[in-house]
Amino acid sequence: MKFGILILEGPYQHQSSDSAYNFAIAALEKGHEVSGVFLYNDGVNNATSFGDPPQDDRNVQEKWSKLAQEKGIDIVVCIAAGKRRGLIDDNLIKGTRISGLGQLTDLAISTDRLVTFGD
Amino acid sequence: MANPEEIEESSDEIVKKMMFVMRKAPHGTINPYEGLEVMLIVAAYDQDLSAVFLDDGVYAIKKGQDPKEIGVKDFSTTFRVLPGYGIEKIYVEKESLENRGLTVEDLLLEVEVVDKSEVTKLMQEQDVLFPF
Amino acid sequence: MLFTVNKSPFLFGHLDSCLQYAIKDTPILLIEDGVYAASKGTSYEKKLKEALGKFEIYALGPDLKARGIASVIDGVKIVDYAGFVDLAEKHNVAPWI
Repeated sequence: MKFGILILEGPYQHQSSDSAYNFAIAALEKGHEVSGVFLYNDGVNNATSFGDPPQDDRNVQEKWSKLAQEKGIDIVVCIAAGKRRGLIDDNLIKGTRISGLGQLTDLAISTDRLVTFGD
Repeated sequence: MANPEEIEESSDEIVKKMMFVMRKAPHGTINPYEGLEVMLIVAAYDQDLSAVFLDDGVYAIKKGQDPKEIGVKDFSTTFRVLPGYGIEKIYVEKESLENRGLTVEDLLLEVEVVDKSEVTKLMQEQDVLFPF
Repeated sequence: MLFTVNKSPFLFGHLDSCLQYAIKDTPILLIEDGVYAASKGTSYEKKLKEALGKFEIYALGPDLKARGIASVIDGVKIVDYAGFVDLAEKHNVAPWI
């Protein structure tokens, strides 16, 4: 099955991003495809390159970055939501890209299941 | 046996039933506003779209909002353009209105009032549910 | 349709709300803080047990463990993330967030 994931909340403040990540890993381990992750609302903050958590805590942004690059998952930051919150090309973490809500639409159309994590 | 052309559908031809499930009040969170922005973009893709306002989502389409003094943009009247954008199936839940002391007269656009059981049925029919 | 509920029923009405839209045998998956609804001995237990009579209620194991919830109300099925994926494969997801 082809899954798409929509994340509506930022890292750390809510568990959404962690839940989404764990879901994505489980889906991949089961042999499913996770074709894309769309970051909207505060979810765009999952793509900042400036995240610098304490050493003994997970680095949510880097986890997504690594997953995107290793598994070829298209992680998209909504341009409008990103601009509102100060996410631009210059401070995007590797493996993510900025695009419009058309990408979310494509994700919803082209996948078998869109799973949303938010609060 | 069907033609390969018939079996393979391009993403241009896929039409999914997508419903916006609007449960949040305006201004306390950005959800109704950014949800509306999604609606306006998705509307350009010729999908089978609908929106249902329930729980606190009914407040998002309530008349008379004036957020000037909280320094926030008023986006409520933009909901009126939805039918013009092709989102014509706009529902509001009867029980959610009643629980909040509202009637359709309090709303700023024309909607179809449905009860909980109809909302349930509508949601069950969807391929995609966008929660805002 | 699979409902996902991620907030505690004591602070938020999301679980109460989604129970009104569930039809017979609808699966409801409690994740994140939603798993507190599955705890034994709370003021929500009676309501949850009534819901169990009509719907399939699941709780995400890792979220239970994270919160130190050692056992759940009888009838609540514990699944891991793989089980979450299985449920999402079978049912369209309605996130009641």
